[in-house]
Amino acid sequence: MDISVKEIEHIANLSRITLTVDEKKTFAKQLTNILDYIEKLNELDTDEVQPMAYATSLKNVFREDKLKSSFSRQEILELSPSSTNGFFKVPKVIE
Amino acid sequence: MLSHELSANQIKEKIIKREITAQEIVEELFEWINLKEPLIKAYLCLDKEGALLKAKEVDKKLDNGEKVGLLAGVPVALKDNICTVGIKTTCASKILENFIPPYDAFVVKRIKEEDAIIIGKANLDEFAMGSSNENSAFHITRNPWNTDCIPGGSGGGPAAAVTADMAFMALGSDTGGSVRQPSAFCGNVGCKPTYGRVSRYGLVAFASSLDQIGSVTKDVYDAALLLQVVSGHDGFDSTSATVGVPDYLSDINNVDGNLRIGVPKEFFGEGLNSEVGSAVMNALEIYKRNGAELVDLSLPHCGYAVATYYIIATAEASSNLARYDGVRYGHRSQLSEDNIIDMYSRVRAEGFGSEVKRRILFGNYVLSAGFYEAYYLKASKVRNLIKNDFEDAFKKVDCIISPTCPTPAFRIGEKITDPLQMYLSDIYTIPANLVGIPGISIPCGFTNTGLPIGMQILGKHFDEGKILKVAKLFENETDFHLKKPNLIEPEPKKGIDI
Repeated sequence: MDISVKEIEHIANLSRITLTVDEKKTFAKQLTNILDYIEKLNELDTDEVQPMAYATSLKNVFREDKLKSSFSRQEILELSPSSTNGFFKVPKVIE
Repeated sequence: MLSHELSANQIKEKIIKREITAQEIVEELFEWINLKEPLIKAYLCLDKEGALLKAKEVDKKLDNGEKVGLLAGVPVALKDNICTVGIKTTCASKILENFIPPYDAFVVKRIKEEDAIIIGKANLDEFAMGSSNENSAFHITRNPWNTDCIPGGSGGGPAAAVTADMAFMALGSDTGGSVRQPSAFCGNVGCKPTYGRVSRYGLVAFASSLDQIGSVTKDVYDAALLLQVVSGHDGFDSTSATVGVPDYLSDINNVDGNLRIGVPKEFFGEGLNSEVGSAVMNALEIYKRNGAELVDLSLPHCGYAVATYYIIATAEASSNLARYDGVRYGHRSQLSEDNIIDMYSRVRAEGFGSEVKRRILFGNYVLSAGFYEAYYLKASKVRNLIKNDFEDAFKKVDCIISPTCPTPAFRIGEKITDPLQMYLSDIYTIPANLVGIPGISIPCGFTNTGLPIGMQILGKHFDEGKILKVAKLFENETDFHLKKPNLIEPEPKKGIDI
């Protein structure tokens, strides 16, 4: 199955990545190749097979509901490329 | 033999016996790094100041007759996707170029507690996505055995640093072979423990159901030593196993009972380089001479492992990497945006390299409406079939031996324009990640052109002790692990090229 430039534009939007015209063309071609390769999975009948998400048998791992110390607001905000008055600063979200 | 050529355990013994101080080791090591790093480029960042400080602390403890840790005075390199408080952790990505974590990864905390000395952060493919190190946003690390060749990936930096004696040991991460494949290409010992054996807290997430921290060392004993230190339960990683950690060191030389080694035909078929194949066959003969029984096996679904992996790994990556938004940390575009979606999209376009973009796009494609069942669900089912193959095999054998990679190290630039060919270089390492079992790559020979060949030993879940012993048996019989590359710049060509 071919992945078109239009489909690349759609998933680039879902992925929140701006692509150049050249990137769109290259990725469409490369992802089509990879998709062709993974089509080989259809050789297998998996109707009766359970899916496996994790290689571990752990389920519902809880911790005690206890307050623990964490990072200070200051420490975390210092990592931000843009902050003001104790908040992260971003472009306007709501019109 | 110069100090930096010794193994981690040998240098530790010398420090404890006071034959050399930790400070002297660090000084000597940095002199060597200054000489050889321009040729190999294994590191993204070095911390001589921090290393000397820790060395003095270890020496002082010894002066005062205090107890020292299991890694006393051993200089260690860390792959740069493992968080270190106060030291940049970039994942070899522009998006994290200036990120300084406010906390240490679990493994970093553990090695510090055992008095290891962190000397620097080693290079990788961006976000550990790649098999050659060529996807680093900063520079390409070179293979110490032939600087025209790649060191492997994604952990090419840690592997090249250990091979070039620019670190005594290193920690990396293995999602599809990123510890084992570069170790095979660089001729050292790379161990990926069972999923959950070592806490992933502080390892920058790539594909969470596959990621595992592993070790790169000069010999098998050092692998056991480092695994001993970093294994164990950690409440900060909910997938961390509660299974007890055995003593890996005390009887590493005793392979108990009659060893049954599985030889899977799918790992010796089409696409396998003949020199690699015969080196592994010769190794199997050595096991046979030492009383092991070789059992022919089939793992019929392993041929589907790469396809399965590239659906699951990219799907998980597309989700894990959604956090890089330019808001809380990392790169923010200098172009002003009046819309937050445009801001995210610009930050990610500028911050990610092409392989990372490719995988995020592919991951979102296979998860997107209408395709989920055909791809992600299908892959999850095939993953289960692969797991069943291994469960059946381990009813018959104690471990499985195969080549680590189908070829020796390839040349820089050889596969970079063909992503699929690059992915296929992990064909023998990927199944262990899908199934969650431990694997170790050890040197088992050299090609005619002098490139190392790696052999992979796979074991049952939480059976690290067994595969370490099996690896040690081979190491005791051979000297491949002691060979050193000749780190001399190639002579400039003389005369006139015609």
